[in-house]
Amino acid sequence: MAPLVVRREDWLNLGVVFFLAVALAQSWNVIGGLAGQVNLGHAAFFGLGALVARQLWAAGTPIAAAMTAGAAVATTAGLALGLAAFRLRGAYFAIGTLALAEVLRLFVANNLSQVSTLPAAAIAGYQLGVRYYTAAGLALGTTLAVGWLAASRLGLAMEAVREDEEAAEASGVGGFQVKLAALACSTALVGLAGGVFAFYQISYYPQHPFNPTWTFDAVLITFIGGVGTIHGPVLGAMLFVLLRDYLAVRWADLHVLVFGALFVAIVLLLPGGLVEVGQRLRGRPGVAGRGRVVGRASSGSST
Amino acid sequence: MTALAQQLLLGVLLGGLYGLAAAGLSLVFGVLRVLNVAHGELIMLGGYGAFWLFDLFGLDPFLSLLVVMPLAGALGGLLYAGLFAYVVRLGEEPRIRTSLLVGFGLALCLHALAVRLFTADERAITTTYAGRGIPLGAIVLPIGRLVSLAVAVLLILLLDAFLQRTRWGQAIRAAAEDWEAAALQGIDVRRAYTLAFAIGTALAGAAGVLVATGYSVSPAIGLEWTLKALIVVVLAGLGSALGTFAGGVVLGCAEALSAALFGGAYREVVGLLLFFCVLVARPQGFFGRP
Repeated sequence: MAPLVVRREDWLNLGVVFFLAVALAQSWNVIGGLAGQVNLGHAAFFGLGALVARQLWAAGTPIAAAMTAGAAVATTAGLALGLAAFRLRGAYFAIGTLALAEVLRLFVANNLSQVSTLPAAAIAGYQLGVRYYTAAGLALGTTLAVGWLAASRLGLAMEAVREDEEAAEASGVGGFQVKLAALACSTALVGLAGGVFAFYQISYYPQHPFNPTWTFDAVLITFIGGVGTIHGPVLGAMLFVLLRDYLAVRWADLHVLVFGALFVAIVLLLPGGLVEVGQRLRGRPGVAGRGRVVGRASSGSST
Repeated sequence: MTALAQQLLLGVLLGGLYGLAAAGLSLVFGVLRVLNVAHGELIMLGGYGAFWLFDLFGLDPFLSLLVVMPLAGALGGLLYAGLFAYVVRLGEEPRIRTSLLVGFGLALCLHALAVRLFTADERAITTTYAGRGIPLGAIVLPIGRLVSLAVAVLLILLLDAFLQRTRWGQAIRAAAEDWEAAALQGIDVRRAYTLAFAIGTALAGAAGVLVATGYSVSPAIGLEWTLKALIVVVLAGLGSALGTFAGGVVLGCAEALSAALFGGAYREVVGLLLFFCVLVARPQGFFGRP
């Protein structure tokens, strides 16, 4: 509803950036927060979604179909990655996915090095309002998806796998299938986000959405907001985008330093992120129940 | 044919650097079971150290090793005390995952700091002997990189000797094998860990100096070198400094071959794919512990 009251384009652009950040973070939250698998190849699926959507849209497909196709390709790639990578556990999965994402990025950078620009007609008819609503819908959709998943049986299975995969398997939860399902959901959502990016951005290098920075941003936002929670990534995204914008003029890139430091502090001291801060301020213990975060990673036990 | 031989030679020279870069990471991972993904950033900082010493004081990069390495070691000690000391208190699996996250955050911070302080421009050290080479038949041996290889080999041999022959080296190895037993023997495990981390960082600093000399340094090389070091650690396995060095040379040659066959653009790809395949072929993780 903002375009109705706000005419300033920079606020709308900031809004789109914020919604994209929410979508990126929430989609990562599914695999990293709910299922507890640190997937550092997230940008690869964002990039694939953007790539496919852009190519199809440029060829004349209506944007909605193009975005859906982008999400579909991203999901397929996600399943392929899962099949290959889920033999790896924990940190090895993380660096393995990072390596594969880098391979894909290099491939795209080498084969599609030309900048991708919208044709003049499309630029003339560019409506920021439409983009704004699309991005808003995306952000809302991903948040609702995470909320629905967290409350569902599958979400429960994911959390079981996150906490202790072997115990979950002993209880009859198929670890591999659950992780694969989580990855499929995650990549579908981020592929859609890629499509929105392709819809929004007038010109960019095709390898740009494959850049690992998108992954790192998603991870930072999710952890700082509260990994595994539903509103955590939204809070994190808000802080991230505002801080980045605020610091951008005089202290460009310093927001990464601030966030990196915050991230380390949160991982070590306050694993619940901003959500936990909120809960503690309200007097609740903050670590039990549905708002639960990364499991034993920071519980300090030495078994 | 000579082009291929030249490429392979350069690959070996680069591979020596890979080995050195990986040695520090391997030591830290082997001893502390901590995956410090900020290792590449530490290499980058070492490179900048060498660059600034050269730029401001005209200190020859090979001499600046004597300054950069102790400074890097001190930084490593601080990083351990400030960050990783908390991480090593966790159990096995959460330790590796948390160290990954902490290292990740640290890497971002160091990268942003470097961009802020040094700008994102690439820097290179051009010494008087930089461009010269020794002709060997049809191929040329670049002097700078040859000396770098020699330094790398020397450092690896020193590391190996330290770990095998000195008391603290044995203490570190004992702590790596079984820290509880080591503690029961009277070994100060915390100190051993700090020392191991400091040495690992010092080696990273040394690798950085050599990278700045033979190639160039910019904030962006951090991630690149972290991946390289990880690849070599996975290829070579843990437990042997010499083995890690050999792994580095293998990677260097593999990259050189792929560059010769498929063109320079896919140089990195072969390493990353090799990395992934080895990781997957051993599903129990890095050369699974018995």
